[in-house]
Amino acid sequence: MNLAAGTIRFLAERTGSAGYVVNLLVRTALCLPRIPRRLRFLLDNCFNAGVRALPVTLVVAAFAGAILAMQTGIELRRFGNTNVLGTITALSMCREMGPFITAVILAATVGSSIAAEIGTMKVSEEIDALEVMSIDPVDYLVLPRVLALALMCPLLTVLSNLIGIYGGSIIAEQNLGVSPDLYWVGAIESLTSSGTLLPKEVYVGLLKSLIFGVAIATVSCAAGLKARGGALGVGLAVQTAVRNSVLLIIVLGFVITWFFYFLT
Amino acid sequence: MIELKNLHKRLGGRDILKGLSVKVPKGMNFVLMGPSGTGKSVTLKHVIGIFKPDLGSVHVDGQDVPAMDRKQLMALRKRMGYLFQNGALINWLSVADNVALPLKEHSQLSRSEVDDRVHEVLKLVGMDHAGKQEPPEISGGMKLRAGLARALVTNPEYVLYDEPNAGLDPIISEQIHELIGEVRDRLSVTGLIVTHSRACATQCGDRIGILEAGKLAVEGSVDEITASDHPLARAFMGQGSD
Ligand SMILES: Nc1ncnc2c1ncn2[C@@H]1O[C@H](COP(=O)(O)OP(=O)(O)OP(=O)(O)O)[C@@H](O)[C@H]1O
Ligand SMILES: [Mg+2]
Repeated sequence: MNLAAGTIRFLAERTGSAGYVVNLLVRTALCLPRIPRRLRFLLDNCFNAGVRALPVTLVVAAFAGAILAMQTGIELRRFGNTNVLGTITALSMCREMGPFITAVILAATVGSSIAAEIGTMKVSEEIDALEVMSIDPVDYLVLPRVLALALMCPLLTVLSNLIGIYGGSIIAEQNLGVSPDLYWVGAIESLTSSGTLLPKEVYVGLLKSLIFGVAIATVSCAAGLKARGGALGVGLAVQTAVRNSVLLIIVLGFVITWFFYFLT
Repeated sequence: MIELKNLHKRLGGRDILKGLSVKVPKGMNFVLMGPSGTGKSVTLKHVIGIFKPDLGSVHVDGQDVPAMDRKQLMALRKRMGYLFQNGALINWLSVADNVALPLKEHSQLSRSEVDDRVHEVLKLVGMDHAGKQEPPEISGGMKLRAGLARALVTNPEYVLYDEPNAGLDPIISEQIHELIGEVRDRLSVTGLIVTHSRACATQCGDRIGILEAGKLAVEGSVDEITASDHPLARAFMGQGSD
């Protein structure tokens, strides 16, 4: 009985907070026309996100590319097929790995700081102060952050992809005996030769990272706006923001790949 | 006129307000006193529509505040100033930018007009030297005064002051009390002042109400409360209190 009641309450809470996030996203979209007034905040936020996330993204991306090359390389070696390593590394980096690791790092660095910042504002009545001055916190705080991540996440993803492919090339050459020429020809060809300007993998990856960026920022702002009860509440908000962001990144990543490769 | 009638509010599982009624006529300063945690700040937040009452009514100039839609609420808030208990300055804006915020967002003033007005109110609260400083690097009393400047910068008809002299030294306290009195006299601003200080109540108040257990335990003119022998009135306004 208790278990049932607990489960129902848990589900109700989850649905409630999901509803809040969706509502926030819609309100943010409705504020879009006001972006010219928020240009400075937008740039500040873009810059902050870049500075916070760039160094660690580059390191992680290089290792991720190396791991990818290693994992596929081990299997390809058994079939004597390592000459397609460049192609495989480049495409999976762009489609899956690049967007995924970039988003996870943005969630941990920028998402957490968004939640902490807005959460602190909430518990120290700064959000109330904005309301009292008839300034909509969604327009003033959420909009520039969501847009900043919507821009920065794809941008950082492109960088991650490039660095990751480079990381893969080192493993390919050092450990799997694939010549750099072969690797890079495979990688570049796979990313340039297609009917469209760029192959589907790149577009899907960029779309993914755009959606991830919006999701991270919205979820983190929502967690901050719902914070209450002093420093402890801010800590909980940060935890919620990172947990929900990572959860969403995984689930949305799956759904998007599935949609583009198995449904259409 | 601000009129709260039979206000009830439950927060965090506890009944905070239980039938509070307060009437603040135009051009008057009403001082709300009471022990910590009795819901004084909560009361102010009802007046400006941050909280909605569970029961009872809030009227400002005859308009029903809880029933307002977003647009009406914005219109009302533009006519009100609110000093938060700890200033509630936006942490990443300088003092001057904080004070300029309501003007920049809503008025058609040019940049230099905004700067002039900001300088003027900062001077009123004795903060004209600190305009460039950021909230993390100034003291609690300075934050409060910057918050007061922000509440006054738009020339509101109503000002809600939440502990306008908390953490101020006696000299600056005195100045702030004078300022609050002056704002009422010169601009006929209606004020609702939350304070624990007898000096503040006598210097800027017209009427005093003392909140206890969710409603006013005593209410009257400053002289009446000072002379009253109600235990709460004596505790807050009697000789030796402050
Ligand atoms: N948003 C909220 N959620 C839950 N409880 C709240 C909320 N805001 C205030 N309370 C509770 O309401 C009670 C009254 O709070 P309030 O801030 O009005 O006290 P106060 O009279 O202003 O006290 P002080 O003189 O210390 O400022 C407190 O017990 C507080 O915990
Ligand atoms: Mg208070």
